[in-house]
Amino acid sequence: MHVRHLSLASFRSYDRAELPLVPGVTTLVGENGQGKTNLVEAIGYVATLASHRVATDAPLVKFGADQAIIRCAVVRDTREQLVELEINPGRANRARLGRAAQTRPRDVLGTLRTVLFAPEDLSLVKGDPGTRRRFVDDLLVARQPRWAGVRGDYERIVKQRNALLKSAAPVLRRGNRGASRPRRPDQEPVDEARASALHTLDVWNSHLSQVGSQLLYARLRILRDLGPHLAQAYAQVSDGAGEARVRYESSLHEGAAARIAGGDVPEPAELAELMLESLERLRAQEVERGVGLVGPHRDDIVLTLGELPAKGYASHGESWSFALGLKLAAYRLLRADLDDDPVLILDDVFAELDSGRRERLAAMIGDCEQVIITAAVGEDVPKSLGGQTFWVKDGEVVPG
Amino acid sequence: MYDGAVQDLIDELGRLPGIGPKSAQRMAFHLLAADPVDVTRLVGAIQAVKDKVRFCDVCGNVAEGERCRICLDPRRDAHAICVVEEPKDVVAIERTREFRGLYHVLGGAISPMDGIGPGELRFAELMTRLASDEVTEVIVATDPNLEGEATASYLVRLLSSFEGITVSRLASGLPVGGDLEYADEVTLGRAFEGRRVMSRARPPAPTADPRAAEPAADPSAAEPAADQTAASAREAKTAYAPTGSE
Ligand SMILES: Nc1ncnc2c1ncn2[C@@H]1O[C@H](COP(=O)(O)OP(=O)(O)O)[C@@H](O)[C@H]1O
Ligand SMILES: [Mg+2]
Ligand SMILES: [Zn+2]
Repeated sequence: MHVRHLSLASFRSYDRAELPLVPGVTTLVGENGQGKTNLVEAIGYVATLASHRVATDAPLVKFGADQAIIRCAVVRDTREQLVELEINPGRANRARLGRAAQTRPRDVLGTLRTVLFAPEDLSLVKGDPGTRRRFVDDLLVARQPRWAGVRGDYERIVKQRNALLKSAAPVLRRGNRGASRPRRPDQEPVDEARASALHTLDVWNSHLSQVGSQLLYARLRILRDLGPHLAQAYAQVSDGAGEARVRYESSLHEGAAARIAGGDVPEPAELAELMLESLERLRAQEVERGVGLVGPHRDDIVLTLGELPAKGYASHGESWSFALGLKLAAYRLLRADLDDDPVLILDDVFAELDSGRRERLAAMIGDCEQVIITAAVGEDVPKSLGGQTFWVKDGEVVPG
Repeated sequence: MYDGAVQDLIDELGRLPGIGPKSAQRMAFHLLAADPVDVTRLVGAIQAVKDKVRFCDVCGNVAEGERCRICLDPRRDAHAICVVEEPKDVVAIERTREFRGLYHVLGGAISPMDGIGPGELRFAELMTRLASDEVTEVIVATDPNLEGEATASYLVRLLSSFEGITVSRLASGLPVGGDLEYADEVTLGRAFEGRRVMSRARPPAPTADPRAAEPAADPSAAEPAADQTAASAREAKTAYAPTGSE
């Protein structure tokens, strides 16, 4: 697929912007702070309903305006689909597909698929587990939009359950301490409040394991599919030694975690059982700390290069290659199973690579249906890529 | 910001559910320009609601006296209780005309984030009602969203100790993540009809319920009767006599 046209109103630094696009490579060139990333951020937003830079919508709206509008014409197999998104910070966003009446923004997911690589993605290698979990979950949604719903439900369950652990902690702890003390057999008063809190916790445990096991299963499956693409993409970009791999580090109890780390993918029903078991075992600790310790939101995806973990061991260049390798692997995975190329976006990437890696990357992306590249210095982008160029300066976009 | 009284009105209106600051402002200025008679009538209606309307002592639905219209109606079937979150859900289910039993309004759903646990809801009152052996069926009709499901699971666990009660949950098909009150009549009616049994009653004695002799409207109970022993057929009929068809 490709984007044929992007049109913005009150988005980021732009009052208005019109960007006509074609299949093949488009390079946006301009000095720092001129608005290049703002343009690709808008395209990414249409695909994922989120910015790759900020967690909230407010910064996306031009300072002083109260709503931003993104319009995007997406072509897939010669069929064109128009998407319009209205970003209203503090109120519900609105969406329109084609000439149809309004739809929920969520229904837009799947119309445009992008894989966006930006300097921030270095945190995939160097950053917190949350960054890696988000990468995998975003990939799930890009592959099948329904995962957006599962993910949303799961996050809400975690919030509810944590709120319960926190608020009910004093009541629940009564039993924790009591259990370690010898009981007096003659009198054991029934602690109604505690029984009710435990009962409620059981309910949320069962929700968490039901939905959490689906999410975990999907992650394990997609990582298994991603593995070969990653090894290959990393080898191509880095031209170096050491195989790039991922290993899932689960918060389930030891036995289950070891199986999963070893590459086993249990069925969802079994994962749900294992999750319940793990919750049971960690109950006292969870209650003591007032926070949930088990579930996909506590997991990590460990990246390894050869025998070593990439985090803390890989050089800066290797880390870059790894992050890029992950994104290119995601691209190839989506391309393969959708039988359709996502739009590849490379924001400020070439400046970070030495000339050997630049040429290798250029060779890898030459056959993609559409690639959008941003660069502060046009010469950083290999000539071999060709395509069209736009100059971005002071919120103006002009053909080069 | 506007002068005292106008701003006060905007603030108060803005606290109502579904009313944003802009709508509150529009409503305030509409009232400012409106005929005094109309405004008096509106004030009267609001005041009357607070003076006259209260919550039913039995089921928690809105009522004008100690008991609500439904609890007072002798034609309603006291064997079945439908458990809902809010009084507005009662209205939604009444519209479907699928149910002729009584209701129990919990007053919300379990939501730890909002500080609502079982203790804040009317579970204890429900237990008291169920302690009388008249009730044989409980239909859980909480909202089809996470909190509604959690409330339903909690209730199903709670009811597992009542041997003589069949517990069922509205069938799926309702828009997930939504509110019961927004489901259209047809969808809600179908969900009601196709409710799924979570736990069946285990009557202590085969003759516990005189209605065992009536033809059961539940197809799952009626169809396989030929293959069943007399005892189990009787048990199935005793257990589940849906009230929707009466
Ligand atoms: N909400 C906003 N309103 C107005 N200007 C903004 C907004 N958000 C970002 N900007 C401006 O956009 C510019 C950054 O644009 P960006 O696309 O990141 O630059 P680059 O060309 O380096 O990629 C900055 O000058 C910033 O002040
Ligand atoms: Mg930039
Ligand atoms: Zn009543």
